[in-house]
Amino acid sequence: MIARALATTALALAAAGCATTGGDPRDPLEGVNRAVFAFNDKADEIVLRPAARLYRNVTRQGLRDAVRNFFNNIDDLFIGANNLLQGKGETAVNDWLRFAFNSTLGFFGVIDWASDMGLEKHNEDFGQTLASWGVGDGLYLVLPLLGPSTLRDTAALPVDWEGDLVQQHEPVDERNAITASRVVVRRADLLGASRTLEEAALDRYVFLREAFLQRRRSLIYDGRPPRERPPAE
Amino acid sequence: MKRLLAGLAMLLVAAAAAAGMTPPDELVKDVMLDIQRAIVQDQDLQKGDRAKTIRVIEEKALPHFNHVGMTALAVGANWRKATPEQKRRLAEEFRALLVSTYASSLSAFGDQKFDFRPLRLKPDDTDVTVQVRVLQPGSQPVAVDYDMEKTPGGWKCYDVRVAGISLVVNYRTEFSNIVRDKGIDGLIDALAAKNKSLAAKHAAASK
Repeated sequence: MIARALATTALALAAAGCATTGGDPRDPLEGVNRAVFAFNDKADEIVLRPAARLYRNVTRQGLRDAVRNFFNNIDDLFIGANNLLQGKGETAVNDWLRFAFNSTLGFFGVIDWASDMGLEKHNEDFGQTLASWGVGDGLYLVLPLLGPSTLRDTAALPVDWEGDLVQQHEPVDERNAITASRVVVRRADLLGASRTLEEAALDRYVFLREAFLQRRRSLIYDGRPPRERPPAE
Repeated sequence: MKRLLAGLAMLLVAAAAAAGMTPPDELVKDVMLDIQRAIVQDQDLQKGDRAKTIRVIEEKALPHFNHVGMTALAVGANWRKATPEQKRRLAEEFRALLVSTYASSLSAFGDQKFDFRPLRLKPDDTDVTVQVRVLQPGSQPVAVDYDMEKTPGGWKCYDVRVAGISLVVNYRTEFSNIVRDKGIDGLIDALAAKNKSLAAKHAAASK
């Protein structure tokens, strides 16, 4: 249902956005992507950013930490599954232990005891798992509402949704409410980053694309990508 | 006794200077903690007093950056085509942009906890990466990596990677797009215009 709505929006925007392209080989759909980027930006400005600011203004840091922990804890099961699929058994066990401790002793994940115990939090998704199996990025895509992605990561999304406990939650109205809250909570954490983007970038589209692709590469290699050092002057 | 101790301390400092320079990992740690201390002790900095924040950055952080080298890396292949005057302007404007961006995020620095990773420095190392992790409860720590090179004036940073995102690499595509369309002078103009609009924005905000 969501997927179909997204596909329709993407098509509509594709038809609308036949603008110039910068000729970047990683981004052949730049014209379309820029149109979606502009659309997302507007949606963010009108809906998401005000909601995130409101959330930030009416809550205290302690509560925000608890809520963030709660949502992050939910992810740990699927993160562990991805680590297992990538052949990192020990890391998977680490993630599942995190989930076990934090869900019980940590009151449904609200307190992150596991980090204090030295069980480090990881970042995995099915796109990274596919990458570890040798699937390349594919072209760069900006998805409506979801933002920067690659062809590989977009193809991995249905699996990510399948593995997301929130998306498995019934009934649907509760699921939607939880999903919406999570989006706002995550956006609130990025308020600083988006301001930095605003200030640092000459061309925000390009700046975000480069940052996203670098970040994905770093995540795929678990923070230790092979070094590409340019020749120093 | 006091004088003796002072003399001894001076001797030690001189010896350290002669033996080499502050190792890069210690340097990063010293500078970061020094800046953090400044923020913790100063209400104005916590509130985001811009002029003061920029002064702190200029004073404490900038001496340890090779901003010409950074600019060269960000400009990439086009750097060699630039005249000395263009290089000077590029470095100046890029430096101003980085300081401005840094200044906007500095107030958040006050209550952060760091995990400084020790570096195994070999005597003949001239190019190293110093790793710091910014710890935040409930989330994955954010890796901040400083690429540093040894120069006669001490270890200098020529790139910062935050969460795997290299500052220098991130600007490279933007810069080369602008140079392709408008030449090197076009890039200088674009950077200068950006800096001007940021300065105007912050001046308006502080009024």
